[in-house]
Amino acid sequence: MTVFIIRRLLQALLVVFMMSVIVFFGVNIVGDPVYMLVSPDADQADIEAAISRLGLDRPIWEQYGLFLKGAAQGDLGNSFIFGEPALKLILHHMPATMELAFSALFLAIVIGIPLGLYAGLYPDGRLSKGIMAASIFGFSLPTFWVGLMLIMLFAVELQWVPATGRGDLGSFLGIQSSLFTLDGLSHIFLPALNLALLKISLAIRLTRAGVREAMGLDYVKYARAKGLSTRRIIFVHVMKNILIPVVTVMGLEFGSLIGFSVVTETIFAWPGMGKLLIDAILQLDRPVVVAYLMIIVLFFVLINLIVDILYSILDPRVRLQDQGA
Amino acid sequence: MRKLTTATAVAFGILAMGAGAVSAEKLTIGLASEPTSLDPHFHNLGPNNAMSVHIFDRLIAQDEKQRLSPGLAVSWEPIDDLTWEFKLREGVKFHDGSDFNADDVVCTMARAPDVPNSPSGYGTYLKGKEVIKIDDYTVHFKTAAPYPLMGNDISTIPVISEQGCTSTTEEFNAGTAAIGTGPFKFQSYTPGESIVLTRNDDYWGEKAIWSEVEFRPITSGPSRVASLLAGDVDMISGVPTTDITTLKGNDAIQLSQGVSNRVIYLHMDQFRENSPFVKANGGGDIKNPLMDVRVRKAISMAISRDAIVDRVMEGVALPAGQLLPEGFFGVSDKLDVVAYDPDGAKALLAEAGYPDGFELTIHGPNDRYINDAKIAEAVAQMLTRVGIKTAVETMPRSVYFGRASKGSPDGLPEFSFILVGWGAGSGEASSPLKSLIHTYDKDAGFGSSNRGRHADAETDALIEEALRTVDDAKRQDLLAQATERAIENVAIIPTHFQVNTWAAKKGLSYVARTDEYTLATGVVKE
Repeated sequence: MTVFIIRRLLQALLVVFMMSVIVFFGVNIVGDPVYMLVSPDADQADIEAAISRLGLDRPIWEQYGLFLKGAAQGDLGNSFIFGEPALKLILHHMPATMELAFSALFLAIVIGIPLGLYAGLYPDGRLSKGIMAASIFGFSLPTFWVGLMLIMLFAVELQWVPATGRGDLGSFLGIQSSLFTLDGLSHIFLPALNLALLKISLAIRLTRAGVREAMGLDYVKYARAKGLSTRRIIFVHVMKNILIPVVTVMGLEFGSLIGFSVVTETIFAWPGMGKLLIDAILQLDRPVVVAYLMIIVLFFVLINLIVDILYSILDPRVRLQDQGA
Repeated sequence: MRKLTTATAVAFGILAMGAGAVSAEKLTIGLASEPTSLDPHFHNLGPNNAMSVHIFDRLIAQDEKQRLSPGLAVSWEPIDDLTWEFKLREGVKFHDGSDFNADDVVCTMARAPDVPNSPSGYGTYLKGKEVIKIDDYTVHFKTAAPYPLMGNDISTIPVISEQGCTSTTEEFNAGTAAIGTGPFKFQSYTPGESIVLTRNDDYWGEKAIWSEVEFRPITSGPSRVASLLAGDVDMISGVPTTDITTLKGNDAIQLSQGVSNRVIYLHMDQFRENSPFVKANGGGDIKNPLMDVRVRKAISMAISRDAIVDRVMEGVALPAGQLLPEGFFGVSDKLDVVAYDPDGAKALLAEAGYPDGFELTIHGPNDRYINDAKIAEAVAQMLTRVGIKTAVETMPRSVYFGRASKGSPDGLPEFSFILVGWGAGSGEASSPLKSLIHTYDKDAGFGSSNRGRHADAETDALIEEALRTVDDAKRQDLLAQATERAIENVAIIPTHFQVNTWAAKKGLSYVARTDEYTLATGVVKE
């Protein structure tokens, strides 16, 4: 298992390196950040000074070399716009995104799995059909539209929760989060729900499919014949088996919750990494874009690894070993 | 109508201030764009400058129409050709209790152009100026040549305390160094989330009516409007034009509008015989027709500014006939908006030798100015109607401005016909004349945004003379003359002036500013 993990981490490094090449060159051939930065009043000499200060007058391979040199020492460059290290900016915005992603994942699990279970156990029920129909909407409606509708309904019409922003932070076990205050919870409810909708639908469909398949299998029939209660059959035996695909998919989806909550964060003015990324893209803050994508790649690799490990715990048939060796 | 709103707003504002000057009231404002730092010298950018006005006074203040008025300086005047004398206000205290004097001014002027990692600093305004302390409340600004715009330039520089001069940008963002003399004090700053300021009860000028102000960046337009409707915020800036009609019908919302210093204009390639995006009918090469003033005039006549204002901008703009709206220093009273005359345009095109027109591509940004892409489309349709078959290509500003300025293989402007905007930060006509109209001259720093490379020696001479003339009346005349000549030669085609809209909950209104700043001091109770 240790060999497996080490090998995977080495692979991760290679992936991150390749990603840095693609992203760095990709981002650097698009647009010109200088005109996004200098004041319109600046004259030609000011503009040239800005170009050389940012190092944009050097050939691109030299810029990449400097970037790699810095990256090896943990410095992914300074944001053009904020003048601060890109890594620091991203880490600063990370907690807000994390709490949003965790809340969304939590909602997906506590809403999606029970509903999917119900729909799988009573596939012909009216309620089940309703759940399945609703999950199609969850899949197909665009996030930005749903987000605005949620705001219009819950914040503007009903005035139950605030429309935008993050709310007060509370401290618990040394972690600062808006999840620990009532005001914070009221702020996170809408964005988390908006972000979770797609994942809820996904969880419903996966669970339902799994349950329907498992209920007809021999081990369930045997358990029944053995006289186990329905509750025990479903929650111990069936659940354990159907959770494997659900955990895999939700794990991967968690990566996309963190990496691409851009739309939700923009609509709800949530001060997370997604908002930072979209602003960086719009203003061509190249170091932030590059650093962000590299961190996200790292995340995906790590999440995959964790999913693999969870897999082996859920399904004893799976052994983590280095098959190549 | 618009003027009336502003006038009543001001009147009510004065009443409100007279009634209860000191009260404990909180104001929350949703901002369309966020400052990148609280260091007032870090980034010369609209949102940063607007925020720093709250905390840091300037030597010279700009009012809502960008007219200069005494700030930390009580007077400023040239004492000889090369020296401006500034008399400083006595008895002013910084937020930390220290006294304001000439030392603070000297160190401010040294730090402003020279902040580490600054994306774009204030050196533009301080170039060639030497600051000398005469006594505690007198400073001299010396220049190598007569310089009339001293007041305008100095009004852009936020004054910090001597202690702040040695502080880093991080210390300003953390608040420890964000110490000015302004009407509000720093309370807290969380990037992307909020900036909270509290009233400076010892302010030397008119004290603010709000005891606490929170600014919250909400960059998405629909979300900003929803936040106002939901009551999360009391006022928002940058109301999307599509929402204005709906909000007008909402009794709980009060709109405040005002024309800005930003002109939207078209620039035409006037320096290349073979312009890359001008083609003969059918796509063949053609000698650049845009070099012919008659063709440029025809294009101007073919554009219905009223249609752009009414249809595309939904009434939220003013048709433009020159570089700045009326009321600004240096505008001409002889220039009218060019009348829409498609038949006249066709006749002029025929006279210039293009009876069947030609083919053209208009390039523009799609995320920079209000409705920018739609305006480009409207212009293209209008030109096609008079025979100039015009295609439209719009792109994000991050790509657009680089290409428009120096995108061609030899580092010249890439496009032939472009839509751009210009906001006169100095609040007078020399700003657009110097940058857009004057012949491109890298060494002298003229024409830095002259992307059409219009060149006319006589206009240049007028502009340069204006920039040497300290006498206000004479300079006004020279600037007006330069503008008239530029418009006569169709150096650029102004289409409209942007009008900005703020929305507040009932009972509040905003004194609209031409510089597009959103200031808590401009929010008044009715």
